Amino acid sequence: MTDPVLRLENIVKTFPGVRALDGVSFSVMPGEVHALMGENGAGKSTLMKVLGGIHQPTEGAIYIGDDRVTMAGPLEAKAKGIVFIHQELSLAEELSVAENIYLGELPRKRFGRVDWATLTERTNAILGKLNVGFDARTRVGDLSIANQQMVEIARALTVDAKAVIFDEPTASLTDAEKVVLFDVIADLKAGGVGIIYISHRMEEIFRITDRISILRDGQYQGTVNTAETDEESVTQMMIGRQLDLSRNASHHQLGEVAIEVRGLSCGKLYTDISFDIRRGEVVGFYGLVGAGRTEIAETLFGLRRPSAGQILLGGVETQIHSPDEAIAHGISLVPEDRKGQGLVLGMNCRDNMTLPQVDRLASGPFVAEGEEIKIFDKYRDQLDIRTPGWRQKVGNLSGGNQQKIVIGKWLSMHPDVLIVDEPTRGIDVGSKSEIHKLLRELAAQGYAVMVISSEMPEVLHVSDRIIAMYSGRIIRTFRSEDVTEDSLIQAISGIGPGAQATEVA
Amino acid sequence: MQKSTVSKALKSGAIWGFILLELIFFSIAGEHLSLSDTAFMDGENMLLLLKQSAPIGIIAMGMTIVMVNGNIDLSVGATFAIAAIVLLDSMTWPIFAGLGDGVIPVAWLLALTVGTLLGALNGLIVWKTGVDAFIVTLGSMLGYRGIVFMFNGENPTSHLNWTLVDFAEAEFLGFATATWFLLGVTLVMWFVMARTVHGRNAYAIGDNREAAVNAGIRVGPHMMINFAIIGFLAALSAVVFYSEAGSVNPNDGQLYELWVITAVVLGGTKITGGAGNVIGTFGGVIAIQLLRKGLGHIGADTSTVNLAVGLILIAVLFLDKQLNLKGKEELKV
Repeated sequence: MTDPVLRLENIVKTFPGVRALDGVSFSVMPGEVHALMGENGAGKSTLMKVLGGIHQPTEGAIYIGDDRVTMAGPLEAKAKGIVFIHQELSLAEELSVAENIYLGELPRKRFGRVDWATLTERTNAILGKLNVGFDARTRVGDLSIANQQMVEIARALTVDAKAVIFDEPTASLTDAEKVVLFDVIADLKAGGVGIIYISHRMEEIFRITDRISILRDGQYQGTVNTAETDEESVTQMMIGRQLDLSRNASHHQLGEVAIEVRGLSCGKLYTDISFDIRRGEVVGFYGLVGAGRTEIAETLFGLRRPSAGQILLGGVETQIHSPDEAIAHGISLVPEDRKGQGLVLGMNCRDNMTLPQVDRLASGPFVAEGEEIKIFDKYRDQLDIRTPGWRQKVGNLSGGNQQKIVIGKWLSMHPDVLIVDEPTRGIDVGSKSEIHKLLRELAAQGYAVMVISSEMPEVLHVSDRIIAMYSGRIIRTFRSEDVTEDSLIQAISGIGPGAQATEVA
Repeated sequence: MQKSTVSKALKSGAIWGFILLELIFFSIAGEHLSLSDTAFMDGENMLLLLKQSAPIGIIAMGMTIVMVNGNIDLSVGATFAIAAIVLLDSMTWPIFAGLGDGVIPVAWLLALTVGTLLGALNGLIVWKTGVDAFIVTLGSMLGYRGIVFMFNGENPTSHLNWTLVDFAEAEFLGFATATWFLLGVTLVMWFVMARTVHGRNAYAIGDNREAAVNAGIRVGPHMMINFAIIGFLAALSAVVFYSEAGSVNPNDGQLYELWVITAVVLGGTKITGGAGNVIGTFGGVIAIQLLRKGLGHIGADTSTVNLAVGLILIAVLFLDKQLNLKGKEELKV
């Protein structure tokens, strides 16, 4: 066998208090597609940052060919033939496609002038290979997200790459565009380039990769040949146990319908959505990212204006124009982005929890501190929030406890309907099950709970009913007794060609 | 797609439409309200307007690249005053006594060098400390102004060199010297921003700084160069203006930064960076000068002018925001 193009040896990276990477070693052969897998927080992105020279490894070595290298930054990595295709689009929207592809390396003429002719010519050659429907002069901001992703991918083709790292490249691509991407990967592979492919989608991993390396909690779990393994064993290596797909079995006493939605639409985001949630019930919304679930929640919370349809609260048609009105009508939203939308990280626990009602808690012109602390204590005990005290800054808490603060914040407003968007994103396994238990308990206390989640185990665990969405429409509604993984996956894939039941994690 | 092209055309043409509107308004209003007999759209008047636009306009070209870059420079007014003092005072220095009129290029060079260095210092601090440019240049605005007052107290610094005044008052093809400088600077900055790698990188950094870093663009030195450019242009503006005026008050150039920023923003540069161009800025400069002059023409006093400019600035930004809305389903903030 030939020598690897890229070899990582015993990489350790520590941050204050955290061992983010612990002895990671693997190698990429020329002409190989090497998958890197692991749960969120397993250390994949840290590893890539080490490889790209954004972080320096605490211990260990990186070899390109036979040479041990130290990367000082992304440009040096690129010069050495290591190219990154980032998951978050790293593009300047106001610039043209060509300028973005050659960002940092625009071809020059004398006096520092841009050589537009060469730039356009080279770019169009690359775009021709990618078979996309736009040209070098198009403004990136005018492209769809998928096409922007193609621009990002085009960057890999500008240099004589030795290794290309794709970080979740298909997250926003349609099936047709995926085929093009896989062709590009096949071309690179045929040219002897080593490819690291990071993805959560088993289907893709098993379709295009040769070997799979797995990380768990920053530790290297091993490398397996794709042909000799299956999803289940890979999943086991990733999470260290079998995937728990057990369903929620117990149902609570259902009360009256708390919220009903009839024929709700919002532009192109979602169309003709009808469902109801009763008190005591947890309804899970399952679908791929971009299926329109979050947008429905935002509409119910008054953040978007629906273009058609009705919202009925307790049987009465209600117009919700703003979050303020939503709260007054007893709707609360625990948002998807906990740190960005749910909390003020620099503020302490108590202030975060009483934020929506702080103007009601006034004693005269002053804030009623005693009242606030009482509320905080109540929900700290009820939700078992572990914090040294109310003075603790929320930013210093663990993800699970942060999420409980957000939930506590809304419970203190005594809502009827609690909408929870991705309740356990970025939360460790132990706290996850706690949050799941909490959601069930809240339903038992008579709240109507709407859970939006992209994790199948989660929706299966907590929901009494599951609504499967695809591309802005409700495809099917399941009762927890009737749901099977296959039927659920078919529903969220919109039932079409290539919709095989292989999505996990 | 079509809708966005229409709104884009509206936006890029908006400043020129606004200028047209001003011209029509002041021509008609001028007929009835003006105290003078000359029409507003008089050729002489328009040429004078261009010349009067020069001090703000020259600095505005530098502000365009700094703001496209995602920064801002509040210290330009103070830099302007320092450069003016250096220009006028250095001509009286004994070591240059033997040079005769040869002192003029020396004084110019000194003033421009000082301006460039002061700008570069701002840039260096922004680069090395990572402190926001707004704060850094707010500090240097106060600091540089302090230096101005330290130099000569409350007294003006004066020196009239008649050769210099002749040069400054000269006209070529009908345009005054100052106008030529404004046009020249506009052309050069247009070339830098639209045609050079440095200029295109300025857009990239202002648009998506992380992407620029990922692509290996050295953001710090890049920004420092842009601050040096605006420092140079603030000094050039002073050189052009005080060659003619011959006397500088320690308060001169105050609020220039705000007029400059107003012109740049009116001209379509995004305050968050990444978008804008000097042609738009040129329009913005002319629009403001027209407004000041036009309101004066129909007999409004300075305070009314300021009020009007302020209102128009907010109205323009509001319109811009409306044009940028992507549709009804947009998330409310």
